[in-house]
Amino acid sequence: MTSRKTAIVLGGSSDIGRAAARAFAKAGYDVALAGRDVAALEPDAADLRARYDVVVGLYKFDVLDTASFEGFVNGLPALPDVVISIVGLLGVQENAESDLAHATTIMRSNYEGPSLILGLFAEKFLGRGTGTIVGVSSVAGDRGRASNYVYGSAKAGFSAFLSGLRARASRGGVHVVTVKPGFVRTRMTEGMKLIGPLTVDAPVVGDAILGAVENKTDVVYVSGKWRLVMLIIKTLPEAVFKKLRF
Amino acid sequence: MTLVSGWGRFPVVDSELLRPRSFEAVGEAVVAGSVARGNGRAYGDAAIGAVRTVAMTGFDRVRSFDPATGRIRLEAGVLLSDLIDTFGPRGFLPFVVPGTRFVSVGGAIAADVHGKNHHCEGGFGRYVDSILLRTGQGETIEASREENSDAFFATIGGMGLTGIILEATMRLRAVETGWIRERVIAASDLDAAMRALDDGDAATYSVAWIDCAAKGRDLGRSLIYLGEHAGPGELADGAAAFPVGKNPGLAVPVDLPAMTLNRTSIRAFNELYYRMGARRAGGSHVVSLYPYFFPLDAIADWNRIYGRRGFLQHQCVIPQAGARAVLGEILGRVAQRGDASFLAVLKKLGEGDGILSFPLPGYTLALDFPVKGDIMNFLDEVDRLVVAAGGRLYLAKDARQSRTTFEVGYPALQRFNAIRRSLDPAGNIRSKLSQRLFDEV
Ligand SMILES: Cc1cc2nc3c(=O)[nH]c(=O)nc-3n(C[C@H](O)[C@H](O)[C@H](O)COP(=O)(O)OP(=O)(O)OC[C@H]3O[C@@H](n4cnc5c(N)ncnc54)[C@H](O)[C@@H]3O)c2cc1C
Repeated sequence: MTSRKTAIVLGGSSDIGRAAARAFAKAGYDVALAGRDVAALEPDAADLRARYDVVVGLYKFDVLDTASFEGFVNGLPALPDVVISIVGLLGVQENAESDLAHATTIMRSNYEGPSLILGLFAEKFLGRGTGTIVGVSSVAGDRGRASNYVYGSAKAGFSAFLSGLRARASRGGVHVVTVKPGFVRTRMTEGMKLIGPLTVDAPVVGDAILGAVENKTDVVYVSGKWRLVMLIIKTLPEAVFKKLRF
Repeated sequence: MTLVSGWGRFPVVDSELLRPRSFEAVGEAVVAGSVARGNGRAYGDAAIGAVRTVAMTGFDRVRSFDPATGRIRLEAGVLLSDLIDTFGPRGFLPFVVPGTRFVSVGGAIAADVHGKNHHCEGGFGRYVDSILLRTGQGETIEASREENSDAFFATIGGMGLTGIILEATMRLRAVETGWIRERVIAASDLDAAMRALDDGDAATYSVAWIDCAAKGRDLGRSLIYLGEHAGPGELADGAAAFPVGKNPGLAVPVDLPAMTLNRTSIRAFNELYYRMGARRAGGSHVVSLYPYFFPLDAIADWNRIYGRRGFLQHQCVIPQAGARAVLGEILGRVAQRGDASFLAVLKKLGEGDGILSFPLPGYTLALDFPVKGDIMNFLDEVDRLVVAAGGRLYLAKDARQSRTTFEVGYPALQRFNAIRRSLDPAGNIRSKLSQRLFDEV
């Protein structure tokens, strides 16, 4: 009997995290959810077990507590086949402009923590010679915007990290996926003005992540329209871009 | 404030829309004038809070499932589409599904929705064993047929007015496949249609699509669809036991000008529909559950077809005795006007389960009308015919009936109101619908 594949979701309590866990469990993976508040993950674990009859593990994981990372990875009962980092913090740009602590938290939550933990998993995966790493980054990292460049720059760093890691790890049999969801209707974006046709629901992102892992896609813009939008935005000359309001 | 409306996009009214993330937050969200909202598939003003609307679709977790019995405990925001996609392949389906799969469990309980099997298997509420209810008074109670049974039977079909359903335990139906063996019967007029439905009483599923543009001798001509769950041996070679449900592909991107729907286009559509169906009449064939149960779900946002001003659905039920005459009268008047829906739906209902449940043994007719001209007066007249025949109107579709029609149609109202008062003495739970039809003025 071949044992089932396993996926671990870091940031399992987020809407996208829940959706990703459901997509993988539905596809027959045993899943693990990792988050700051393990008790809060219990209902999601019960949901996955009831729906898909899979084994679900729960682990404590805090993306800001980088000192705990090695212990966390070594403490897992087995190395998963897939690791997915959904962790991120939008924060409040206006506050981050003057509050260094807030800016730091945004930067660490979106760049430092996710990169370090995925880097660690990458080493283990390379040692084994297989594995898939998924980082959920953002279209906001494609170009810094006046309205959210603290968050955007951290995501840009994360995207660059993933891209470099992919180049290196692919030679060792390890695949790295970068996901750029665009606008997603989630708790994080609640109350924000989202552009309808460019906005998707969390389950669409979950399915896209699963699809990218199975098809070995490198970079996914969840809604194809974003690839075009960001291509245009990326190629606008800085002189024009700085005059645009967004 | 936010502008909120039901599926019919009429009326559009101001109500603060809140999306709590925990059951505690649901409790805190309830202020004077709040009501729960599921997936907004009620046509009129049932899912709009007088002051505040509490959106429940975020609560979409399954708590437990027993594959031996099909018993499931879940949060009220789980959509039936999600249940079907998740548990269908495992051999389980909801016992009762309405004409769209995009309704929440909470909304299906609150409206005690009926499916094509109501005549023999009853409504959604019949398969609910218990609910976790957050009352207007601020208590959270478990209610079942044995425990807090008044609250239980008032909540089934109670249009959210007993409080907010947080969770429910219900039974799913074990099925061998996700396919339906369908038999189509062409009926040339109303008598034939009613007869075919009567003959179909033994069929698990039955429904008639009426061409409501047909007049005179053709009045009531329809296609009757009978259905049974198909066994694995009946499927086409190589067909999966469970078909894949596609997400609505084609969407109606903008509000079509009301012009698109006119006498000619409606008549042409109906003619074509009837002819195509009649050609399939006779033998039986196996179809996927999706087109069988949810034909309209194939087109996303189809409610925009009726234009910016929205539309009304009028769904009545008329007791068996005397139904022929009243249905004939209503269909005659509708055909005369020529602006009603593409298709009307006629089906038989059985006994209702909740105190305020819509179904009663008889025939139910559902029609769509764009909001324009003298439609309100026209429907007021139709309502009078309905209640004179001992019938009533479906609250999940209603946006405009009068207090009188409502009160005459629902004689158990006194009892419902007494239970409602005991659960919510301060009257915190109020929707636009309850303000229009129930609440003391
Ligand atoms: C295309 C189409 C076809 C349909 N076909 C049928 C049919 O065949 N048979 C049928 O019976 N109905 C049918 N309906 C109506 C639909 O099934 C009901 O209106 C159902 O209640 C909608 O569920 P919802 O989750 O969208 O609820 P909403 O529309 O959001 O709410 C409906 C009612 O339920 C209450 N409610 C919702 N969630 C909760 C909760 N958690 N706790 C307490 N109260 C709650 C609301 O207060 C409101 O009174 C159809 C609707 C459409 C659009």
